[in-house]
Amino acid sequence: MNTPVTTSLAQTPLPVSAAKPLLQARAARRLPQERRWSTPVIVLAQCALLIGGVLAWELSARQGWIDSFFWSQPSKIQEVLMVFFTQGDAWIDISFTFRATLAGFIIGTTLGTLIGLSFWWSGNYAAIVQPFIVCFESIPKLALAPLIILVFGIGLPSKIAIGVALTVVVSALTTFAGVKSVDRDLERLMYALGASRWQVFCKLVVPSVLPWGISVLRVNIGLALTGSIVGEFISSQHGLGRAILYAGQTYEIALVWVAVLVLSTLSILMYVAVAHIERVLMKHVKR
Amino acid sequence: MSTAKIELRGVTHDFVTGEGQLFRALDNVGFSVSPGRFISLIGPSGCGKSTIFNAIAGLQTPSAGSIIIDGREVTGMIGLVGYMLQKDLLFPWRTVLDNVVLGMEIRGVKVREAREYARPFLARYGLGGFEDQYPAALSGGMRQRAALLRTLLFDSEIILLDEPFGALDAQTRARMQEWLLQIWSDFGKTVIFVTHDVEEAVYLSDEIYVMAARPGRIRARLDVPLARPRPRHITLEPAFARMKERCLALLDEEALTRGDAPPLGAQAPSAEPALAIEPPPPSAQRLSTPGLAA
Ligand SMILES: Nc1ncnc2c1ncn2[C@@H]1O[C@H](COP(=O)(O)OP(=O)(O)O)[C@@H](O)[C@H]1O
Ligand SMILES: [Mg+2]
Repeated sequence: MNTPVTTSLAQTPLPVSAAKPLLQARAARRLPQERRWSTPVIVLAQCALLIGGVLAWELSARQGWIDSFFWSQPSKIQEVLMVFFTQGDAWIDISFTFRATLAGFIIGTTLGTLIGLSFWWSGNYAAIVQPFIVCFESIPKLALAPLIILVFGIGLPSKIAIGVALTVVVSALTTFAGVKSVDRDLERLMYALGASRWQVFCKLVVPSVLPWGISVLRVNIGLALTGSIVGEFISSQHGLGRAILYAGQTYEIALVWVAVLVLSTLSILMYVAVAHIERVLMKHVKR
Repeated sequence: MSTAKIELRGVTHDFVTGEGQLFRALDNVGFSVSPGRFISLIGPSGCGKSTIFNAIAGLQTPSAGSIIIDGREVTGMIGLVGYMLQKDLLFPWRTVLDNVVLGMEIRGVKVREAREYARPFLARYGLGGFEDQYPAALSGGMRQRAALLRTLLFDSEIILLDEPFGALDAQTRARMQEWLLQIWSDFGKTVIFVTHDVEEAVYLSDEIYVMAARPGRIRARLDVPLARPRPRHITLEPAFARMKERCLALLDEEALTRGDAPPLGAQAPSAEPALAIEPPPPSAQRLSTPGLAA
């Protein structure tokens, strides 16, 4: 049985005579490796870059290389910054924007998470509502901002409402994705042990969806801030957004820069705080 | 009337397949188990073992037939049996202790009381010191122990184990088998065990049901004539080997005749008197254990 196979193999010798393709001589090399600098060196480089940039800006404005009317200059900005905080509305504006953002963030995230979780209770309800949610997601919500201002007035509530509109969908859709990924076998196990739907919801669905809900916190704080700034742009009596718009309209370019600087600082602080909360929560939730 | 702990009568189940056709996964499956017995179901993959368990656990109501526990018809009822799968299904965000008390928690026991109750069991059954660890920190064998303890402390008298040791390495598996027998004799529960491994079935069980596929049905019932307690070296004895061979022969025959209806009862040349090979009787009523049939 084996014999014919062997012979047929033997009858087709390897094409040893075929010309060997030309290879370049083998050059031994080391694995390419970048030598990483230590953290202090990196930080030092970053500071140098920043200071260099600011100095270059100042110098160009003084030398007239750039038009300081439009671009302003660091020394002027620093002056206006002091004035903004000592004589201006700095704290009122910061507090207004901060409160609007925080409220929009909390309400939108909570509401969105609850909506997402609610889809677990009924597949029919989820199937009916889902297309509407997706439609709402695809609308540029900021386009609705003027309408929201009309409905909620020019005060704080309208800024919160825009923030909620931006964050609620993100939370709802992410949480719903989490709901769909709940381990079916764990669900079956709980039912086999005689669990009620409420028990499965509390002991399984909520804990497994929590990481999904938490993972959008950082995105949502940014969205809520965008919402309140846009609201302030459209119509407002306070807020950093209004300060930027007002300064721009009156050609106080230095004040624009100041407000943007303060806004960025606020944004970074809130982002860092939320990122920290997210990390702490994740540690408790996920193993 | 019946002293069986659990009894299946004419359980038949049809799945609707993707093309809308009916696929018969179980055909007239019937057996009964007396209290405190350890029985195994063996059979080729896809013969409906898990479907039987889902029916008993109430997760899938069979198309026909009934499930009777303690003389009460409980078809389609959940929460009456402990169920454990090959996947340990521990909650990753719960500590081992909190995983073990899940069943009690569902039954409405206060978490604190449940923990106090469970703690000694963890210590006694090889999970001492791991109470406050998370499942991710445990080995596969340890996780299966925790899952099994959860099933046992659920306080049901019937335990279904669906290939619980299938994913473990041979050595761990052997240790888990001895551990299971220990626990079974301590708790005195009625166990229905599913496995691929014939040796495992023979080593653990009082009775073995050999199943056939397409449609899933019970082909033979074998009594395991080995005394308890069973030391590990019992697996080397001739009686053990004969029992194993008998099971393998039945499974082989099944594999060869797959597809056509096997002539039931035609193949039972009971060479070994201790092995009571029976064709599945037409009615489940007659399928009580030999001692009780009289
Ligand atoms: N939900 C389902 N829909 C359709 N067919 C199924 C479903 N679940 C199981 N089956 C089929 O039923 C048969 C028995 O499955 P199962 O009980 O899981 O077998 P076993 O546990 O013995 O390997 C298999 O052929 C499987 O393909
Ligand atoms: Mg199975």
